[in-house]
Amino acid sequence: MANLKTTDKKSKSQSMGMHSEVLTGRTQQKFFNPSEAESFYYFGTYDVDFNKRIDLDVKEMTAADANKEIDNLMSQGYGTIVIKNPQGKHSLGVGILNKLNLIFEGSLGYFGMGSCDGPTVRINGRVGWSCAENLMAGKVVIEKNAGSCFGAAIRGGDLICKGSVGARTGIDMKGGTIIVGGDAGAFTGFMMQRGRIIILGDVGINLGDSMYDGTIFIGGKIGSFGSDAVPSDLTDSDQDWLKRKLKVAEIGEKFDVSKMTKIVAGKKLWNYDNLEPHEKKGAI
Amino acid sequence: MCGIAGLIYKDKSVNIGTQLQGMLQALKHRGEDSTGYALYGDTDGENFIMRFKVGENVGEGSSSVSEETSVYDERIKIVKSHILGMGAKIIKEERVLPYSLRYEVNYDEKDLREFSRKIESVPGVEILSMGKSLEVIKDLGNAKDVCDRYNLDKIVGTHAIGHARMATESGVDIKSAHPFWGYPFSDVSVVHNGQLTNYWNNRRLLENEGMRFMSECDSELIAVYLAKKLRDGATLEEGMKASLTGLDGVFTYFVATKDSLGMAKDTMAAKPLVLYESDNLIAMGSEEIAIRAILPQEIDTYDPYDGEVKVWQI
Repeated sequence: MANLKTTDKKSKSQSMGMHSEVLTGRTQQKFFNPSEAESFYYFGTYDVDFNKRIDLDVKEMTAADANKEIDNLMSQGYGTIVIKNPQGKHSLGVGILNKLNLIFEGSLGYFGMGSCDGPTVRINGRVGWSCAENLMAGKVVIEKNAGSCFGAAIRGGDLICKGSVGARTGIDMKGGTIIVGGDAGAFTGFMMQRGRIIILGDVGINLGDSMYDGTIFIGGKIGSFGSDAVPSDLTDSDQDWLKRKLKVAEIGEKFDVSKMTKIVAGKKLWNYDNLEPHEKKGAI
Repeated sequence: MCGIAGLIYKDKSVNIGTQLQGMLQALKHRGEDSTGYALYGDTDGENFIMRFKVGENVGEGSSSVSEETSVYDERIKIVKSHILGMGAKIIKEERVLPYSLRYEVNYDEKDLREFSRKIESVPGVEILSMGKSLEVIKDLGNAKDVCDRYNLDKIVGTHAIGHARMATESGVDIKSAHPFWGYPFSDVSVVHNGQLTNYWNNRRLLENEGMRFMSECDSELIAVYLAKKLRDGATLEEGMKASLTGLDGVFTYFVATKDSLGMAKDTMAAKPLVLYESDNLIAMGSEEIAIRAILPQEIDTYDPYDGEVKVWQI
């Protein structure tokens, strides 16, 4: 196991498997700085008190009105908001760029919690397609099942579903962690670029298809591997990280992580246009 | 886009017209060019119910033309004479709209092919459905518009499927609206959300084998494809499973018969479907809000996976 205390930021993140590519040219690689993050606030965000709690019944409200009211409550300093009767409405809780405890007493429709940065969310129900799309930071926990495109294009944070999820989970994800207690559908990790996916159950066909980078851990059966997704050795540091993550996620704490399958990018698709014709054949 | 919804009660009859209207109206943002209902009502099972149109409600991009009511009147006369000429008896007739009719017909023959061919030989006439329980009602507008126009809130039965359409591949008119009848099989109907990419290849093959297409809508292919499988002796479920490879493109579709309801999802799982299943009710739709229209309380739902086929029987 790498000594994480003594390594610099760059090699530390690579040792933990968060990414493995070496970026060159004009691409800038920027690393997370905890002290900067703590003092960073978006324009128009609020200083809230987590002990100040309020219930919000959205049964008769449109999603837009509900989201405006959440913003209004945060502006009044409420740090814990409980949403009653979401009843499968779409686009609830989107665009929250604030520290906030948000609890949904029921299920969400499509695009729930999209484009958020910072809130801690618990959904005591199910979510539809594209839950937490583009999540930057924070934690979203779903107690039941989730639809397709779960965690599409997330860049950070923890996205946890205790039930099963649909197809294309983690499509195009660029960071963060997705944890699923049940099964996942086809094309899990499709074109993922960074970050990690943990599925404790089975997954469908074309797992990790065309993934650029990142890591997928599967606890159950795999329908089939997608293009350029390959199995890799499960290291001690992987297992330590998995145990820690599952504990924080409140699922699979007794799960035997040593039996999980680790999948990474074969990287034959990298610079595909520059490959020789015979190399292109082997890449797909 | 487009939205589909369906429900089946295993042990009772309810006001399915009203319930399906609620589900489809919740999906109207997915398309309200036209809306269609396939309702399986309670009947004595003696007579066929024939829903047919003698003209079009012409919307944007339609290849049909608007006609005078007097033209419809002439067509209705010919249809009636054809029905009587084939030894059938009209028990009840209802002209719901100038171009849309509902007949109850007593007809002893089991094969509806010749009967349908004769009726549809009248220019501008199309049978929307024929069955001892099934009634297909479709027209332009959203679910509530169509429900109100056709008084569907009075229909009581066990199951139904429906479709809210955003026209993409063909024009806005009744002939391109869903559901499609599984001609010539009694009580078979289909609704589809998605896009089929091998429509023309399949259509040519099926037409060469004597199957009938009435529109240029790619979704009609599913009804015809399944009808061909049934004609060849397959069960409904076998036909649906074959469609996963026989049809190319992205799709989630529902098919209903007199006593069953089924769903199929393509192998890419590219089109949405949320499903609720209990001991006495199955309700499903493109989005959870469709199910919430009839079950507002907190329920457990899930997304079926890629390549999944399910059939429920009463």
